[in-house]
Amino acid sequence: MEQLNLGDSKGITRRRRSDQALHLLFLACTSVGIIVLMALLVTIIMDGVHRLSPDLFTNYPSRSADRAGMKSPIVGTIYLLLLMTPISFILGVGAAIFLEEYAGRGRWIRLIQLNISTLAGVPSIIYGILGLAIFVRGMGLGRSLLSGVLTMTLLVLPIIIVASQEAIRAVPKNRRDASFALGATKWQTVSRSVLPSAMPGIMTGVILALSRAIGETAPLIMIGALTYVAFLPENLMDSFSVMPIQIFNWISRPSQAFHELAASGIILLLIMLFIMNITAVWIRNKYSKNL
Amino acid sequence: MFRKRGRKPAGILVLVLLLSTILAACGGGSNGGSTAGSGTEENNANNGSQQSEETKVEALSGTIEIDGSSTVHPLTEAIAEEFGAVHPDVRVPIGTGGTGAGFKRFAAGEIAISNASRPIKDSEAEDLKANGVEYLEVLVAYDGLSVVVNKDNDFVDKLSVDELKKIYEPDSTVKTWADVREGWPAEEIKIYSPGTDHGTFDYFTEAINGEAQVSRNDSQITFSADTNAVVQGVAGDKFSVGYFGYSFYEENQDNLKLVPIDNGTATVAPSTETIKDNSYSPLSRPLYIYVSKKELERPEVKTFVTFYLENAGQLAGETGFVSLQDDEYTAELAKLEQ
Repeated sequence: MEQLNLGDSKGITRRRRSDQALHLLFLACTSVGIIVLMALLVTIIMDGVHRLSPDLFTNYPSRSADRAGMKSPIVGTIYLLLLMTPISFILGVGAAIFLEEYAGRGRWIRLIQLNISTLAGVPSIIYGILGLAIFVRGMGLGRSLLSGVLTMTLLVLPIIIVASQEAIRAVPKNRRDASFALGATKWQTVSRSVLPSAMPGIMTGVILALSRAIGETAPLIMIGALTYVAFLPENLMDSFSVMPIQIFNWISRPSQAFHELAASGIILLLIMLFIMNITAVWIRNKYSKNL
Repeated sequence: MFRKRGRKPAGILVLVLLLSTILAACGGGSNGGSTAGSGTEENNANNGSQQSEETKVEALSGTIEIDGSSTVHPLTEAIAEEFGAVHPDVRVPIGTGGTGAGFKRFAAGEIAISNASRPIKDSEAEDLKANGVEYLEVLVAYDGLSVVVNKDNDFVDKLSVDELKKIYEPDSTVKTWADVREGWPAEEIKIYSPGTDHGTFDYFTEAINGEAQVSRNDSQITFSADTNAVVQGVAGDKFSVGYFGYSFYEENQDNLKLVPIDNGTATVAPSTETIKDNSYSPLSRPLYIYVSKKELERPEVKTFVTFYLENAGQLAGETGFVSLQDDEYTAELAKLEQ
């Protein structure tokens, strides 16, 4: 009896120990990412914070670091965002509604589904090449803001579709059944019952996808967004620049002052991303509480 | 949590739909604006040429698109900045696609001016001819490709062109510094080079290896699209060697040691003087802009190129390049009048 008890308590101690070891292991896994990110943030902030000034918002790019600002890239990024949002929202959510509510589970639909999931992981430069071939050359839109918007829309669409589908799928089936039982049509059910419940999830997905887009450089370099633009785009066919491209340009210059300027540009971009992500969290919390 | 869903979601939906409609309307609105806009752009260009016929004094407007070498970019950007102060209605967007990519866009008729950190290649000239693009080659400044080693490197006093070739040629047998010159330490040599899409790479390989784009390519050489990575590489490794435009050396003098080049007749280190009088041969290189003759008929383009040549002398120094002699600028200006 005693021996058995002893054995038991030994087993418990061993299991506790291995539990603690795993606890530490997972903590270490978490800290690796966090520490690297913190180190990155700290160096960026140390490099760039003293260059943050209103000039950054009011001045155009310049050869002299003391006068250089990123007015045109900031405005370019905001325009890109404002134009992308409605296009990618309507197309993405529309496709998600079709795939989840209207399309069945046939072979073709499954094939399309597989393709969309794959597209979500395609490297962004591929979208740049696609945009260059289709929008810039094929449709003759040139290296314009419109080409940039359309290319970036393509880039975020798969992500938005997948996120929206998941949000729609999370709506319990009994809600649809209840709606149908009351004699509602498919569209009435989708628009009045399913979408409202899924909207916080959809919005979160859209915002996160958009915040990926504003940090993208490669596809826009591909379609030829420019590095020196000393005017604001006035219409969709104008040339434009965006913040990551300006940062990239500053970093590749020989002088240290421009590297610091690039760091302050990165801080601005991070602040923008942070605000967008906070908004996503806020929307999720606010509306899922009310539902 | 699901049971409570009732009235509020409808409100959200309305809000979201409203928002998306408004945004869609905005998108649509600007869409309409775009067609009008591109029209205006053409009108602007037309107005420009009309103005020139009527009165040359009137303010210039229009767009001068430029792309090409990232090496020449700082100079062209400086010019465009100053030009913008005088002619605020002329837009001068500049890209940095690289010399080769610039010529491709130039041939496609997409840009008015192409920045180039090397003379045009025969194949590119043929391409331009096939597309009916007549061009003017305008020399704007000089640059000296600077060969550098780590600042703690105390044995390299100079390198001859042959020694450089030994290091950088394809299938090079150089593994250590001792392979470069007898008596130097048998330490593995780390070689850095700007990436293959750089005009700098084209020019260096042509000058040293005899043929552009031909270079050693093994585990001992590192190509970087970003020239600063070459600077960092050489600054961080005692037994390394690398090369890049003079302005990158100027900005990083404290971390690098400049290597004088023995070209057979003299041993010369790059400096403003030796690059300007061409004694830093063969690594001093000319920088060009290529201007479309058709575009040059637009008054704003001609004014811009004239402005470029009148101010390049001063701004070249500021941006880390070496200006031409005054009479060379005069000669280039004379080309415009032909």
